[in-house]
Amino acid sequence: MRDGTIVVAGASLAGLRGAEALRAGGFSGRLVLVGDEPHLPYDRPPLSKHVLTGEIAPERTTLPGVGTLAAEWRLGTPAVGLDRAGRVLLLAGGERLPFDRLLIATGARARPWPEPAAAALAGVHTLRSRDDAAALAAALAARPERVLILGAGFLGCEAASSIRALGLPVTVVDPAPSPLAGALGQVIGGFVAGRMEGAGIDLRTGTEVTRLEGEDGRVRRARLADGGTIPADLVVVALGAVRNTDWLAGSGLDADEGGLSCDRACRALDEAGRPDDAIFAAGDVARFPHPLDGDRPVALEHWGNAVAQAAHAARAMLAGPEAAGPYAEVPAFWSNQFGLTIKSLGLTEGADAVAIVQGDPRSARFLAAYGREGRTVAAVSINAGRWLPAYEGAIREGAPFPPITGGADQPRPKPVPPGLPAPQPA
Amino acid sequence: MRVVVDLNRCQAYAQCCYAAPERFVLRGDEMLVYDPAPPEAERAAIDRAVLACPVRAIRVEPAAAEGTA
Ligand SMILES: Cc1cc2nc3c(=O)[nH]c(=O)nc-3n(C[C@H](O)[C@H](O)[C@H](O)COP(=O)(O)OP(=O)(O)OC[C@H]3O[C@@H](n4cnc5c(N)ncnc54)[C@H](O)[C@@H]3O)c2cc1C
Ligand code: SF4
Repeated sequence: MRDGTIVVAGASLAGLRGAEALRAGGFSGRLVLVGDEPHLPYDRPPLSKHVLTGEIAPERTTLPGVGTLAAEWRLGTPAVGLDRAGRVLLLAGGERLPFDRLLIATGARARPWPEPAAAALAGVHTLRSRDDAAALAAALAARPERVLILGAGFLGCEAASSIRALGLPVTVVDPAPSPLAGALGQVIGGFVAGRMEGAGIDLRTGTEVTRLEGEDGRVRRARLADGGTIPADLVVVALGAVRNTDWLAGSGLDADEGGLSCDRACRALDEAGRPDDAIFAAGDVARFPHPLDGDRPVALEHWGNAVAQAAHAARAMLAGPEAAGPYAEVPAFWSNQFGLTIKSLGLTEGADAVAIVQGDPRSARFLAAYGREGRTVAAVSINAGRWLPAYEGAIREGAPFPPITGGADQPRPKPVPPGLPAPQPA
Repeated sequence: MRVVVDLNRCQAYAQCCYAAPERFVLRGDEMLVYDPAPPEAERAAIDRAVLACPVRAIRVEPAAAEGTA
């Protein structure tokens, strides 16, 4: 396909990189990007890092590539529905955008605090968008007495690190036994917990906030499941993300808050599991069969996946699914927190063993490999990113665990259970 | 100008920091902090940083292109 109309729903990282890949692949027709935010595509990773510390102003994060893209923009305009049979995207305000191909890249939003009245209290924040980060940074500038962070996943930990760096008292609560337990397991999570406490974070793992209470419309305290109370005048709710698929209700596509299902060529699947040749998905919104995990459907929240999957979807749109081949990028992400650069390759989910294969946690510079049923499935580096690429081959091939690489300086790695959550029954 | 660094790819080689020390800083062991919107006047230094990066992790869009969107 070279001309016609391609519409992109969601004007952020995946939408922009997908649109660029379409142009780079020779698409010369009409290209329209629809985004509900009023902003041009911007980069989210800085929002929980240097934007919160005040080093980067939120409006400086616009992504390179927006200026040279030959496209029409519909910003501040959510897509509200999809007429699949008629191949029309319905926009708020009534515009009907006909398309030959549609790329769905509507990403995810922050999971809100479950009790709406408490979620609406002044001082209760989530962090997903540039506007969220600007609001949170402004609230931090007013020097709250204590900041409470709900959730010790990557977002909660990064926010805790940035806010602590401002010299503010920070409490982090998570029901898991350690921070990052869901993504990295308790062994590596326990190492990060030590760094958090060393930085002066009041870390409460193994307990849960059951209620947020306010006075005069402002949050004042949180009640814990174990009966305790934490006074807090600023709360960051970091309880994970919900995929933006509500607007697809009634379209017949297989979509829910866990994602929009698609096949290996990034084609969206209908409720019967049949691919729609005109509709593709990429980025955080996409749930796709991952070859590294026996084709189990996964939905990633990784910057690198948004970029690579959008490019793959663009290839499949232009050249057809066979020519594009299956999407098989090895998942990769990074995080910066508490002076650590954490980088990951592969999928840790379901791993039954972890071993430090290079370096030493005591020097805060090491690499851990994850195994599942004797095969290498993932590797995580802490301040040791240069060692990581050497493990990509072992992960791709599912090499015996622990993997042997030329660089390994631990002659006898000692695998231990990683302390990951029990695998969900399929 | 607009700048983004692919921090999956970045290996903290710090070549960008030598080329444009005002806009790229390596903190701690390997955390790269950079200015995503450097002034156009520093274009030459930023371009040097792009070329110096051994893993080609830095992407730039000059201000001239920003105006169109
Ligand atoms: C604070 C923060 C820090 C992060 N840090 C890292 C990191 O260090 N490393 C890493 O690998 N990843 C990180 N990520 C994850 C990374 O930013 C995401 O994976 C990436 O943004 C996904 O891009 P996307 O385009 O798929 O989705 P999104 O960025 O979520 O964009 C989707 C866009 O679609 C819009 N939209 C939604 N519904 C509609 C609709 N109906 N109509 C029109 N538009 C709609 C949304 O408003 C949004 O603008 C971070 C994310 C956040 C929030
Ligand atoms: S030169 Fe490249 S690899 Fe080195 S720190 Fe800069 S961006 Fe990272």
